[in-house]
Amino acid sequence: MLLGITVIVFLIMSLIPGDPATAILGAYATPENVEKLNRDLGLDRPMVERYFIWLGNMLQGDFGRSFSLNRPVIDEVAERFSATLVLAGTSFVLCALFGIAAGVVSAVRQYGLADRLITFAVLIGISVPSFFLGMIMILFFAVRLRWFPVSGMYAIYGGGDLADLLHHLVMPAVALAAVAAGVVARLSRSAMLEVLRQDYIRTARAKGLRERRVIFGHALRSAMVSIIPVLGLQAGFVLSGAVYIETVFQWPGVGRMLVDAILKRDLMLVQGGVVFVAAAYVLFNIAVDVAQALLDPRIKT
Amino acid sequence: MTAFLQRLARNRLAAAGGAMLALIVLVALAVPLLPLQDPNATATAERFARPLSEGHLLGTDHLGRDLLSRLAHGTRLSLAMGFAAALIAAVLGSVLGIVAGFLGGRVDNVIMRGVDMLMGFPYVLLALAIVAALGPGLVNALIAVAAVNVPFFARNIRGVTVALAGREFVDAARLSGMGNLRIMAVEILPNVLPVIVIALTTTTGWMILETAGLSFLGLGSQPPQADLGSMLGEARAALISHPHVAVVPGVMIFLVVMSINLFGDGVRDALDPRLGAGALTRPLPATVVDRPAPPPLREPDPPALLAIDDLRTEFRLGRRVLPAVDGVSLSLGRGEAVGLVGESGSGKSVTALSVMRLVASPPGVIAGGAVRLDGEEVIGAPFEVLRALRGRRVAYVFQDPQATLHPLYRIGDQLAEAIRAHQPMGARAARVRALELLRDVRMPRPEDRIDDYPHQLSGGQRQRVGIAMALANNPDVIIADEPTTALDVTVQAQILALLERLRRERGLSILFITHDFGVVAQLCERLAVMYAGRIVEEGPTAEVLAAPAHPYTRRLIACVPEPGAGRRRLEAIPGLPPRLDALPPGCAFAPRCHRARPDCGAGDIPLRRAGARAVRCLHPETTP
Ligand code: SF4
Repeated sequence: MLLGITVIVFLIMSLIPGDPATAILGAYATPENVEKLNRDLGLDRPMVERYFIWLGNMLQGDFGRSFSLNRPVIDEVAERFSATLVLAGTSFVLCALFGIAAGVVSAVRQYGLADRLITFAVLIGISVPSFFLGMIMILFFAVRLRWFPVSGMYAIYGGGDLADLLHHLVMPAVALAAVAAGVVARLSRSAMLEVLRQDYIRTARAKGLRERRVIFGHALRSAMVSIIPVLGLQAGFVLSGAVYIETVFQWPGVGRMLVDAILKRDLMLVQGGVVFVAAAYVLFNIAVDVAQALLDPRIKT
Repeated sequence: MTAFLQRLARNRLAAAGGAMLALIVLVALAVPLLPLQDPNATATAERFARPLSEGHLLGTDHLGRDLLSRLAHGTRLSLAMGFAAALIAAVLGSVLGIVAGFLGGRVDNVIMRGVDMLMGFPYVLLALAIVAALGPGLVNALIAVAAVNVPFFARNIRGVTVALAGREFVDAARLSGMGNLRIMAVEILPNVLPVIVIALTTTTGWMILETAGLSFLGLGSQPPQADLGSMLGEARAALISHPHVAVVPGVMIFLVVMSINLFGDGVRDALDPRLGAGALTRPLPATVVDRPAPPPLREPDPPALLAIDDLRTEFRLGRRVLPAVDGVSLSLGRGEAVGLVGESGSGKSVTALSVMRLVASPPGVIAGGAVRLDGEEVIGAPFEVLRALRGRRVAYVFQDPQATLHPLYRIGDQLAEAIRAHQPMGARAARVRALELLRDVRMPRPEDRIDDYPHQLSGGQRQRVGIAMALANNPDVIIADEPTTALDVTVQAQILALLERLRRERGLSILFITHDFGVVAQLCERLAVMYAGRIVEEGPTAEVLAAPAHPYTRRLIACVPEPGAGRRRLEAIPGLPPRLDALPPGCAFAPRCHRARPDCGAGDIPLRRAGARAVRCLHPETTP
């Protein structure tokens, strides 16, 4: 899987029209530079060989050098990625918690007032672009109510501690979580509805269990079997959405770095960043699979 | 197709979404004809005009361009990009999916490998990589978004195609000498079309969001041309001082995507009613009760432990009402075993489940009658009172232990849970007790089995667990709903012997629901026969078996060669059980009855009692 990612990124990058060295160097391209880069990158060699050289370098931690920042790609990416991880991780936890909770309530109170309100909120949540939601939140909570800072990760003067980070984190994390929470809530609702009709739920009730135990102990446990894989997908959603949210809130994460790098045509940085984030995503999904296997004894690992 | 349209129109939200979407699309199409200002004409003097200002209905942006005009053109562009991306993704994805699913083997392997790898990416990342390689721009953004969504289509469509490729009509086409290409186009494609449409409706909304997103980041449409995303992106700089410039395109994206989502959900529900949110309803903790006052307590003689009195349970499905149980009265004495016999659909299981209000609701409703345990009315009791009775005084053994045991819990834990629901005790004590229960039901090697999951046990062992669970709190009554039907013959006999032994040892009362007279003969002193929601005959087992009075009973017994000789089918009786919503007047069995005479259809036939026996028939086989 990890190899697959590198193959795909490599193939996409080889789509670059024209001479890649010129494309990479952009405005800096003097004939000498182009020739030097071609040699450095081994672009004069066949593609398969080039791929393995690139792969070998990455395995040694060498992701190349960003020309626009003039520092090793891996340093920049690692620094930015930790900021993204804080944001996306928080959002992921938020979307999982609120999404599942909303889905459960919605299913248990099917057709009730709570269900209708949640269904309506979910519809809005999955229809509103996260970047627009972020802008509206800035207008309302930062400008009008002055509850939270407009943007950034730390205050420029003073800040730097955890409280400051949290203060900055609330709005972007919520904006980012909204869409994913909607999707999770929808799925949790239908998974719960499906499970609640099962015979073993009737058995649980026939035993005289408290309804809370029936819902959370028996129904939700089974529903999690179909919710967890979707949580894995939502992690991808959250990472993706982070690209927009980081731009809106000026969060110094890897998403904004990628966008800047693309606009500056700093392709080494893009390449390294994409591989790095995708690898993290794959590892996360492996963790999800493990969690799934732990939850469901019927899956043989 | 018309049914589809009707279902779609009945869904008010979907209709509203569809109407809004149609309106937006129409306006977008008509943009070149509308008297709008030039969207790109700048007028620095008029920058940031507020909405409703002179000459600019929605105001102007940072270059003084008319927002209304830009909004109209932007919407047009965004819609075009979103729909184009969706179409490209759908076409490419479907082709890949059909080819992979139909050809199978190596081709399938290679394609699906690629698809899996692409799906291993967070989607925007992939789109960013593509845009990075191709360079920012409208067309490249479109290609990126389409490419990112191809795998989703390919995987969905492949799944359906694989299922289709094995079907007879495809084989037939092959035999008739059709080429692969023609089969795919003529036989497969029309059948996967609904799936493609569903996938399209669920993804078009996103794709509009994604293309708008790329433009928002400055990677899509380039100035001065603007779609909704880049309008938002440009407005970001002046967000705080002039929010209206951002709000106008933002709200538009929201409206477009929401109307597509609403419409899409409606289309999906209408194409695939089973998937629809409306088709799935979850049962409430207890069956809904909607009855006039319960019938007065008639002091029974001798006093019954469990007395079902004129019970009426119906299924309310929209406007239709199916009377599944139509005035059933039955009593069960202490230590007595009573069989309730009938074909499937006769209402015997619904009667059994109604006792502790376990009939799924909706659609089930208890519409009349009473259930009394030691003279205490149960149906009208508050839920907590009912819950305290469930499992403690009245326990159930269900038909299919594969489906009725929780698949994700160890059986020991399920037993312990049942015990602790009514008896406060620690986890360790509950486990000891669970082990005892497993021994009581003669589970082989209970110490090893107690930590097994249900799927690790055989059918007979699972049912032993089901019975152990019912015994957990030493109940007074066990209601066994076809407990042996799902098992094979030898195991059936073992389970029956177990129930019989437990009854003798513990003085249990058992209400035994079955379609099998052999089982009743072995276990029950008394039996009642149900047909179309009513009891048609009742009496001591030996007497009824020897001389059945109701023609239906006689037919049922005739189907049994000799008691205990294994599983038999009741379908041997000619004709079908009647539809409950279209019962004939008079005797419900008349259409299948060989003794039927004209007066049988005249009017309601009462259950006539004579001593211990009762029969609901005008011309019984024997006069009891
Ligand atoms: S009442 Fe008439 S139709 Fe009904 S079972 Fe008796 S004889 Fe048959």
